Amino acid sequence: MTAAIAQRPGDPAGTRRITHGVAERVRNVVSMTRRNLVHISREPMQLSDVTIQPVLFTVLFIYLFGGAIPIPGGSYTDFILAGLLALNLTTSTMGTAVGLATDLHEGIIDRFRVLPMWRPAVLVGRSLADLLTACLCALVVAVTGLAVGWRTSAGLPSIIAGFAIVLFFAYSLSWVAACVGLNSKSPESAASFGFIVLFPLAFVSNAMVPTQHMPGWLQAVADWNPVSAVTAAARQLWDNPNPSASISAWPMQHPIEASLAWTVLILAVAAPLAAWYFRRRTTE
Amino acid sequence: MADTMIEADGLVKSYGETRALAGVSFSVPAGSVLGLLGPNGAGKTTAVRILTTLALPDAGQARVAGIDVLAHPADVRRQIGVAAQDATLDGLLTGRQNLVLVGELSGTRTGQARARAAELLELFELAGAADRVVKGYSGGMRRRLDLAASLLMRPPVLFLDEPTTGLDPVSRQRVWEVIRELTGSGVTLLLTTQYLDEADALADHIVVVDHGQVIADGTPRELKERSRGAHVEVTLAGPGPEAAQVIGSLVGGQVSVSADGLRLGAAVDSAPGLATGLVRALDQAGILVDNIEVRQPSLDDVFFALTGAHIPGDGGGSGPNGMGTGQAGPGESAAERDSEGARA
Repeated sequence: MTAAIAQRPGDPAGTRRITHGVAERVRNVVSMTRRNLVHISREPMQLSDVTIQPVLFTVLFIYLFGGAIPIPGGSYTDFILAGLLALNLTTSTMGTAVGLATDLHEGIIDRFRVLPMWRPAVLVGRSLADLLTACLCALVVAVTGLAVGWRTSAGLPSIIAGFAIVLFFAYSLSWVAACVGLNSKSPESAASFGFIVLFPLAFVSNAMVPTQHMPGWLQAVADWNPVSAVTAAARQLWDNPNPSASISAWPMQHPIEASLAWTVLILAVAAPLAAWYFRRRTTE
Repeated sequence: MADTMIEADGLVKSYGETRALAGVSFSVPAGSVLGLLGPNGAGKTTAVRILTTLALPDAGQARVAGIDVLAHPADVRRQIGVAAQDATLDGLLTGRQNLVLVGELSGTRTGQARARAAELLELFELAGAADRVVKGYSGGMRRRLDLAASLLMRPPVLFLDEPTTGLDPVSRQRVWEVIRELTGSGVTLLLTTQYLDEADALADHIVVVDHGQVIADGTPRELKERSRGAHVEVTLAGPGPEAAQVIGSLVGGQVSVSADGLRLGAAVDSAPGLATGLVRALDQAGILVDNIEVRQPSLDDVFFALTGAHIPGDGGGSGPNGMGTGQAGPGESAAERDSEGARA
């Protein structure tokens, strides 16, 4: 028993290691990502918004609205799939906000704070675990789409690029969600972020319907919405109907460039901001 | 190694309107155990939070293992183990996964962390529950796992914040044993507690805090002397003028007599058979005794002796037997306080 408990003597103050090496940071991030994935495996219902919701939305939109919304140059099914991918991935970033708010609400955050770990791993690990669940979501959308008749004539690299653009955008949004989670008093208030911000963001776009029929001011908002850019980019890459191509707004004329620009901009602002909020929230 | 492993110097900390610490200083020599004793809200936890880099003081200095806590918090974290009052564990991971995570995040290779985790799970009698989710652990099991997490890296300085509060007597004994083992191994330990007997049993030196200030410090023996040992109270069946003299000769001290002469009290050195001796002596003197009571010194007595005031909201003896209700026994399932799904 004594051997198990024996302590090492204090390191002399001269042997301080102040910085964390890259390898150590990566290991911390891997540990935190794995921890968050274990959480998901414990409560699989957590995954409903990336598994059940995409199937539900796909079926609902295609069979409810499919017949009522004419799409020039193709079927509603071929049109809607990129939109469904963007919709589901956008709204699923709510999980990042709720997950971080939950961590801050529990005693576990104090454990992380007294460990000599690289602290941003708490945020990076969360965002990477959420990126992996987003990949699962993309797979569910693709399989459901194929089952209900979605087809693409694009080559495999283009198809993958379409998915990657939307996933990369969702990853940047999860950092915005992290900022929200870090400013939420409770997991419940973090969840309301989804309904107040993410749903309007996803719906006021070209994801579900062509923007041409919207009132002028709303169309302007929709055409500059980053969700419209990534949706149009995926449609273009997949050779699916893309009515937005006839809109003169710059992001609709250059959807791939606009998507990447939006994503990089959001990441560049939200990631440092989240790190700052995390420091502020964990200082007392 | 520094001679003084923990040093708090004039720590002041307010949370909003509440002044948690109003200038607290103490130091802990290497290899010794300091008991930080005080009632709820005295400022014990705040002091621990500052020393463990979790909180910043409004004023004052702190050093741990010779390192300035405010200037180099990251370095301090490599020297300390912390078991907080609210067990800081991941409810959705198993006990083993929790310990391995702590090891990995502290810079240990996964293989080594797993070996160390297995060793500590065995030591804390958690091996059987190691692969169960922590959410289902009892209060005592959580506390032991938290203690194991704090020892994982074999830190030279250890902070245990009320390690036995809310534990049943058996779990409490188990935690005491572990702490005793630790103190023999050269670790420097700061332990906070509300219980005098706990500080007495484990600490080399006690600092009593109340309202954010140090109101006394000394060895357990010194403090108990200041609380004047035990107290005996005798209630007579009828008037007995000689009773005070009889009791006085036995306890060798001042005897207080109530106005009606029926109740007598005296400070005594706690000794076995004292009550029997008193009853026999009084009986021989022909005095009938209604009731006799010997009380051990409680934290309340120490407080009374030190401050002249009783602990607010505490009816008296705050020893372990007066502990709160709702303790979970070992193996019993604790109420779930963990988060539900992190996704809505």
